[in-house]
Amino acid sequence: MENRKISSLTMNEKISNLIKESFGEQAVLSTDFNGLQGIIVVQTNLIAEISLLLRNHPTCYFDYLSCLSGVDLGLEKNQFAVVYHLSSITLGYQIVLKVIIDHPRDTTQLPIVPTVSQVWRTADWHEREAYDLVGIYFEGHPDLRRILCPDDWEGYALRKDYVAAESYGGLKINGEVKTNE
Amino acid sequence: MNNLKTDPSKLKNEEMILNMGPQHPSMHGVLRLELVTDGETVKECIPHIGYLHRCFEKHAEALNYQQIIPFVDRMDYLSSMNNDHVFVMGVEKMLGIDQSIPKRVEYIRVLVCELNRIASHLIAIGTYGMDIGAVTPFFFCFKEREHILNLLEWASGARLLYNYIWIGGLFYDLPVGFEQRCSEFLTQFKPKMRELDELLTNNSIFISRTQNIGVLPLDVAINYGCSGPMLRGSGINYDLRRIDAYSVYPELDFEIPIGAGKMGTTGDCWDRFDVRVREISESIKIAEQCIERLTKELKRSPEFDPRAKLPKKLIPKAQEFYCRGEMPKGELGYYFIADGKSDKPFRCKARAASFSNLSVLPELAKGAMIADLIAILGSIDIVLGEVDR
Repeated sequence: MENRKISSLTMNEKISNLIKESFGEQAVLSTDFNGLQGIIVVQTNLIAEISLLLRNHPTCYFDYLSCLSGVDLGLEKNQFAVVYHLSSITLGYQIVLKVIIDHPRDTTQLPIVPTVSQVWRTADWHEREAYDLVGIYFEGHPDLRRILCPDDWEGYALRKDYVAAESYGGLKINGEVKTNE
Repeated sequence: MNNLKTDPSKLKNEEMILNMGPQHPSMHGVLRLELVTDGETVKECIPHIGYLHRCFEKHAEALNYQQIIPFVDRMDYLSSMNNDHVFVMGVEKMLGIDQSIPKRVEYIRVLVCELNRIASHLIAIGTYGMDIGAVTPFFFCFKEREHILNLLEWASGARLLYNYIWIGGLFYDLPVGFEQRCSEFLTQFKPKMRELDELLTNNSIFISRTQNIGVLPLDVAINYGCSGPMLRGSGINYDLRRIDAYSVYPELDFEIPIGAGKMGTTGDCWDRFDVRVREISESIKIAEQCIERLTKELKRSPEFDPRAKLPKKLIPKAQEFYCRGEMPKGELGYYFIADGKSDKPFRCKARAASFSNLSVLPELAKGAMIADLIAILGSIDIVLGEVDR
C-alpha cells in the first residue's frame, strides 16, 4: 500500500512535468498531490491541447474521462472551475485536471472554457450538463444546448447565487424560495 | 423541450422525423428519442432527456451527508443499495474512517449490494426480453426479483428505497434468520437461471434478434465513457470491484464475465445481455461467500452494534474527492467538495453510469432499423432516474 502511494506520487509529478515540458512552465498553475487524489490546475486556454496530450502520451494514456464537473467556487471568490477526472484503463492511474476562471457573475457573458468533447466524446453530454446547471460556456462544443432543464429555463441552478424560480410555464411553484447561502 | 433539434425544412424528400417516447414502455422510463428516418432506417437519433430531473445536486448542497442518502436511493431506484454503498464509501474516505469499519458491517453491505445487483440485472433481462417480444421471461424474472425485494424489505423496512447503509455502519443488523432465508433463496434460484438460459439466452429467435445488432467497438465504448456491462460486453476485463478493490471484494472469489462475440460480433446486443446473465451467477457466488462468513467467523453477537462507528460529528476536513464504484449499470461516481466548516457538501456531483452509457446511443443507432433500435436501447439498460438525477 505504501509503495503504491509513492509510485503514484511520482506518477503525478511525471504528468505535471510532462505538461510543463510540452507547454512551458506557465501551463501548470498549481499542483496539490497531498490529498486523496492528485490535482493539477492548468491554464484554461490550454485545456484542450493538454487533454489531447495526456490521452495520447504513452506515459499516462488517460483514455477514459470518468467525470467532468462544473463548479461555482463561492460568492466571495467569484470564480468558476471545471474539473476533469481522468483515468487510464490500461495503466490504472487516476488524475484530476482543473481549470479555474475568474468571472464577475454578470449574466450577459458566461465564463468560457475550451471544449474537450473532441478528445473524449463523453465530455459532450457532461459539458452540456455543466452549461445547463452551472452556466459555463464551452467554446467549440458541437451542440451546446440545455440537457436536463427545459430549453426555456432561466438561470443556472447550481450557481450559489441562484434564486429558485417562482413560477414556470404559468404554474406557480409553492414553497419557500431561498438561496443556498 | 418540445421543439426539435432537426430543422424539418432541411429534410430530404424521403426523410421523416419520428418521435419515440417519452411515454412508451420500451423507452424504459421517460426518454424521448427524436429520429430522422428514411423508410425504416434510422439516419439520426437525438435523445432528449431531463423529464425526470430533480436536481439532486442542488438538494445535496442543502443537506448534511447523512440526509443525502435517501436522495441517493432515488437516483438509480433499481439498485439503491449500490448507490448508497458508493456514496457512503466516499464520505467515509473523506472522514478517514474507512479502515475502521467492522468486517461484519462490510460483509453485510456487500451481501445486500450483490442481492440488489441480481434484482437489477433481473429487471434488465426481463424487460429486454419483453422489448424483443418475449413476454414470459419478464414474469419469470419478476417472480424471482420479488423474493429478493422481500428479503431486502425484511432487512431495511422498505421495498425499493432502502436507506440501509449508513455512514460508518448500518441502519440495523440483519434480522435473525436472514442468512438462512437468503441461502435458501439462492439455492432455489440457481436452477432457475439455467431455465432462463434455455428460455431466452439460447433461444434462436432471441439470438437472431440480437446478434450483430448494435455493435459497440471497444475504442468507441471507452471514448464515450461507457462502463459496466456495456464496456465489458465489448470485450475488456474492467470491473471497479477488481480495479479499485474496495470494501471486502479483494477477499472474495468471483470472475468478471466479458463479451467474446459468441453469437456474432464482440460488443453486440447479445454479448451485453450475456454479460448480465453471467454476472448474476457471479453475484450468487459472492452472496454465498458472504453468507458463509457471516454465519461462521463473523457471527452475529449480542454486543455487535452496526451503529457503533457512526461518527458523532460529520465534518470532513477541507478537501475534494471523487469516489467511484461499480454498480449494476457501470461506474457510479460522486465528486465531493468539502469546505471543512460545515457538515454539508459544498458541491456533490454525481456521475451516473446510465448517463454516459446512453450518450453512445446516437452512435449505435445510426443506420439501424427502427425495430433494432429498441433492441439496442434495451441492451444499454438505462434507468431514467439516474440519467436525469
